[in-house]
Amino acid sequence: MSADMFFMPAPERHFILKALQNRSFLIGLVITAAIALMALISLFWTPYDITRLQVAARMQGLSLSHPFGTDHLGRDILSMIMIGARNSIAVALVAVGIGFGIGVPLGALAAARGGWIDDALMRLNDVVFAFPALISAVMITAVFGPGAVNAIIAIGIFNIPVFARVARAGALSLWPREFVLAARAAGKGRVLITLEHILPNIMSLLLVQATIQFALGVLAEAGLSYLGLGAQPPMPSWGRMLFDAQTRIAVAPHLALFPGLAIVITVLGLNLLGDGLRDVLDPRLRHER
Amino acid sequence: MTAFLAKRLAVGLITLLAASVIVFSVLEILPGDPARIMLGMNASPDALEALRIEMGLDRPILARYLDWLAGMATGDFGRSYTYSSPVLDLVWERLAVSLPLAVFALSLSTLIAIPVGVFSASRRGSAADTITMGAAQVGVAIPNFWFALLLVYVFSVGLRLLPAGGFPGWGESWAQHWQAFKALILPAVALALPQAAILARVTRSAMVEVLGEDYIRTARAKGLPRTQVLWRHALRNAMIPVLTIMGLQLAFLLAGTIIIENVFYLPGLGRLIFQAISQRDLIVVEGVVMLLVASVILINFAVDICYAIVDPRLRAGR
Repeated sequence: MSADMFFMPAPERHFILKALQNRSFLIGLVITAAIALMALISLFWTPYDITRLQVAARMQGLSLSHPFGTDHLGRDILSMIMIGARNSIAVALVAVGIGFGIGVPLGALAAARGGWIDDALMRLNDVVFAFPALISAVMITAVFGPGAVNAIIAIGIFNIPVFARVARAGALSLWPREFVLAARAAGKGRVLITLEHILPNIMSLLLVQATIQFALGVLAEAGLSYLGLGAQPPMPSWGRMLFDAQTRIAVAPHLALFPGLAIVITVLGLNLLGDGLRDVLDPRLRHER
Repeated sequence: MTAFLAKRLAVGLITLLAASVIVFSVLEILPGDPARIMLGMNASPDALEALRIEMGLDRPILARYLDWLAGMATGDFGRSYTYSSPVLDLVWERLAVSLPLAVFALSLSTLIAIPVGVFSASRRGSAADTITMGAAQVGVAIPNFWFALLLVYVFSVGLRLLPAGGFPGWGESWAQHWQAFKALILPAVALALPQAAILARVTRSAMVEVLGEDYIRTARAKGLPRTQVLWRHALRNAMIPVLTIMGLQLAFLLAGTIIIENVFYLPGLGRLIFQAISQRDLIVVEGVVMLLVASVILINFAVDICYAIVDPRLRAGR
């Protein structure tokens, strides 16, 4: 057991304490956890079975048996929002995973190698950035057909350059530092240095970015499924619910209210979590803000 | 400065070329034969073959790519299969909706966000700052199409003040212009709010940073009025991040109105491309996406020029 491990718990405990004292972080954490819990519960229990249509009970207002009312097919809105949370989280999470998994190695490689590899990768990044993301996502889902999986791919592709940029910028600032120089002097290769020294030190930066991209992913998924390009019925999604609500807004405005609120609360929670995390992990930034 | 801009321009052109390769190859693998879609399922093989030859679908892929590229370079974006009119004409027609909408939304967002951001930064830590930034935090989280639905419910369904959708065309008389403008008010507000929230946050943090600089203290110390220090000295120096975000937002607004155009049934660029994709009208999709990519690059270039105007160091130096 090395000395490192012996000293580890203290800074970690310190970090958690500091994080919990940060208001943004705390509120964000509570909201995010609540939404995640809701999605989790929906896996084995929802107030009503949403695959059973009850046209006689359609477009009901708020009541004790249906707290958020029912939609145009008599499905319980609360149950649909719970399952929609699962869909939103799954799509955004996997899309962040794609961006992280491909973007971070690319960015770290660009920083470690420099030269033409760096140039080529960054130009490629510029090309992806020049594409209007939403239009391209529409194009991608049109090519491969609408559906949750293709929505994930479409959103994920646009996460790659974001993570590549953050990873490269973070890594570039570390390469001239003494501890990296020491590792190089000790004869470690660039790959090993990246894995052992660079990545752990840019992880907090990447974590903050991941939270932000997660929030953007939820918004993007809602947009795509509003256009009918996300998860397909009968799988409920918040965007699709808003689309269905649109034509009935004059008679049943609550159909549009709750899915929208679900999106706002989820995105708000994730953004607060990201802001709080940034404040805690990077005190210098907090000072500037 | 000239060298700096020349380099940016060169990078932009290379990006555009790379984008054209991507757009062309992505749409090449799109399932569905455009000729069959045009003629329908019962078309005779002969007619199908004739149309393929007429559309050039029988030629090798590289030749078609080069033709397409050369066409665009000379301003010929091809003809739409479904509208049977030149792509460029369609784009002009739709831009008459999309461009005013984008400019309208960006102006609204800027007019709200910059004063709010400056105000918040100047009273950092106050209750007013906390409340406005809290509101901005919520604004960032609101999907614009949901906000659009709420606006429709309040201003169209409830108050019956503004149309819930559709676009009558710009028309000839002032009364018709006004009707057209009215049709764009709700879409523009729906687009502007989340954008304003982002811009206000960026403006505030840029201003907070600048207000901590020595030259601001100097300006105050020499007795300049508070408002003059804030709006002239500080804001000008905080403009670079603000301009960057505004450039990104204009680019987003030109193309990203696709959902809002669907909410309000506006015949803009976004709807054109959305319909063209579902009808497999590839030439329209290719042309519009390329024009949008070109406009993103152009906007970035314009932002670079703005940097130089705002920051004299860039003008004299590089």
